[in-house]
Amino acid sequence: MCNHFEEKFKGLYKKDENDIYVIDQTFVKAMISCLKEKDGFHFLADITAVDYSKFNRPTPNRFAVIYILRDKEFKNVITLKTFIDDDDEDDLHVESICDIFFSANWAEREVWDQYGIKFINHPNLKRVLNHKEFEGHPLRKDYPITKGQLCTKTDDLMDEMIPLLEKKGYKSHSDLMFLNLGPAHPASHGTIRTFVALDGETIVSAVSEIGYLHRGFEKSCENHTYNQIIPYTDRLNYCSAILNNIAFSHTVEGMLNVTIPERAQFIRVIIGELSRIIDHLVCLAANLVDMGALTNYWYLYNPRENVYNLLSKLTGARLTNSYMRIGGVAHDFYDGFEEDLQGCIKAIEKGMGDTLKLIEHNRIFHDRTQNIGVVSAQDAINKGFTGPNLRASGVAYDLRKTNPYYFYDALEFDIAVGSVGDVYDRLMVRFEEIRQSISIINQSMKMLPKGDIIVNDRAIALPTKQNVYNNIEGLMNQFKLTMDGVQVPCGEYYSAIEAGNGELGFFIVSDGNGTPYKVKVRPPCFPAMSALPSMLEGGMIADSVLSLGSLNIIAGELDR
Amino acid sequence: MAVGAEAVFGDSIVTTKLDSAINWARESSMWPYVFGTACCAIEFMSVASSKYDISRFGAEVVRFSPRQADLMVVAGTISYKQAPILKRIYDQMTEPKWVISMGACACSGGFYDNYTTMQGIDSIIPVDVYVAGCPPRPEALLDALLEIQKQQKAEESITKDRIKKDFKGTLDV
Repeated sequence: MCNHFEEKFKGLYKKDENDIYVIDQTFVKAMISCLKEKDGFHFLADITAVDYSKFNRPTPNRFAVIYILRDKEFKNVITLKTFIDDDDEDDLHVESICDIFFSANWAEREVWDQYGIKFINHPNLKRVLNHKEFEGHPLRKDYPITKGQLCTKTDDLMDEMIPLLEKKGYKSHSDLMFLNLGPAHPASHGTIRTFVALDGETIVSAVSEIGYLHRGFEKSCENHTYNQIIPYTDRLNYCSAILNNIAFSHTVEGMLNVTIPERAQFIRVIIGELSRIIDHLVCLAANLVDMGALTNYWYLYNPRENVYNLLSKLTGARLTNSYMRIGGVAHDFYDGFEEDLQGCIKAIEKGMGDTLKLIEHNRIFHDRTQNIGVVSAQDAINKGFTGPNLRASGVAYDLRKTNPYYFYDALEFDIAVGSVGDVYDRLMVRFEEIRQSISIINQSMKMLPKGDIIVNDRAIALPTKQNVYNNIEGLMNQFKLTMDGVQVPCGEYYSAIEAGNGELGFFIVSDGNGTPYKVKVRPPCFPAMSALPSMLEGGMIADSVLSLGSLNIIAGELDR
Repeated sequence: MAVGAEAVFGDSIVTTKLDSAINWARESSMWPYVFGTACCAIEFMSVASSKYDISRFGAEVVRFSPRQADLMVVAGTISYKQAPILKRIYDQMTEPKWVISMGACACSGGFYDNYTTMQGIDSIIPVDVYVAGCPPRPEALLDALLEIQKQQKAEESITKDRIKKDFKGTLDV
């Protein structure tokens, strides 16, 4: 899969027991460049770091930086790891790969922010999630989890804006108007800030700032057992909480090397697709409101209420469901589930039909969305887009097809792709995906087998209450599993599923305990958000709202 | 039998206290500023849409300018980075104003007891009603709105200064 790389750098890398290529830090850039140019690894999924200072086995250095890449077919993943020389603890550094991958820019800033590793030749290495006055690097193992730091003022962002304007030839800024779009702005979802320089109503240059909803997900994970983390995953992309549950459980199950029962797999497909639908619904509803088409909001949002009723009955919660468990699902479908499900689908189809009747041949809608915020296929890949945003640019990458998990290879569905990569395509791809998801749900309901909904392994799944109350073994199983958590074998593992917004991956490091040593989410929003300023430049201020909305940035998973 | 002005002019006139009349008008037309940051904001969308329909209680005119709003609904997690913005927007709202803290995060930090999350917004701005839940059900928010209305009816007077001078938050200098 990476012949050129292996040939060219023979002897300079070592493959460890997790199939991760351990490389020397001096060759990082050359190796990644070779992987991209020669072996076709053209997609950078994520960059993160690990602090091994409390790890229970020896490592050459305290910190390692991890790079995760995908190949041309998006099928194969390669993970590279480089240990960072720590002779001088205040100068941990590795070369930046920003000029190879656009998406590396923010990813490297995050590593600097959270771990304090510098990236040489990075154009703008400043904090991205934590605030300007923050001292220290919170994901280091010696940073106490509860040590909060007050923020008294916001960043004016001129340090980023002025070089941008100079690059465009603006020597003086007196003719331009500067404007903050957010974070307190109705279309910025309360937490996203874009700072723009305007010439009339045209955006000359833009800078985005995120981190307003940084809630310390990754640090919290290091302090909870695997099943305790599931409620935290609900709150990543809270518009489709269950898909996050699935992504996390799926990764942990991969580390445990267990296959969940067939019925549980089908339940995950059905409820997962339903979550994808309601995720798209809220995105479309909000987008249409942003362009003034308020009626559609009621048409598209109200079917969510039908789904909430079903989810309340099934999981006990409307929004933050925590429906998955490591090894399966929490509850089986109830009697009458299928009728409720059909009721939901009918409501969704009606809402979607009513909306499409209003917008599909609507001149205003077309004028507002077509050729706005265009991202070409190549750019989209380079910028790390996934999911509907990437497919709108014409790249048919969908993890359900390239790396089918559960029974997706046995189900018939199409990948919706766009041709231009504008706001229109991003919205229309979502409408089509709702149709495809409905078809997947209908097929899966027909194929749904009988059987267990969680693995029958007392080291992973809780015993029945009957057993807990009536025999000592059940009681002990319950106690051990609750107190110590699922014991996940030592290893480092990356796995992803197709979530509402695209590739939602988890990179987990386990030291063999019931609590993960490190968890890194690869949120589909994060790279998309980093590309927003470049999409806005040259456009009109009124269109910026639509460009942002069509990417469906969900702050929970963006800032974590 | 009517007394006072009603006795002379019949039912074409109603006498009442000025406070009662103003409070009646006020409670029926609260204009919320939704400081929505996270999951709770999605539940607010439910409150505003047709099933729960906040307009039944006169609070459907959601304003995104603090100058035009008198009810702040803090719906979602407030991080340290967000805190100065919350305070600034609260300060920009004109008196009289009320604050609902919606959901566990805004009330107490919720289960985010960590380096980045404010452990309750009441260390920055004064809060009138707290709504529990993660996120709270739409009915719970409607109940909070009714509670605000009840407080207005019982306590408000145009002769009374509402500004909470004794409140000092961590970001007040």
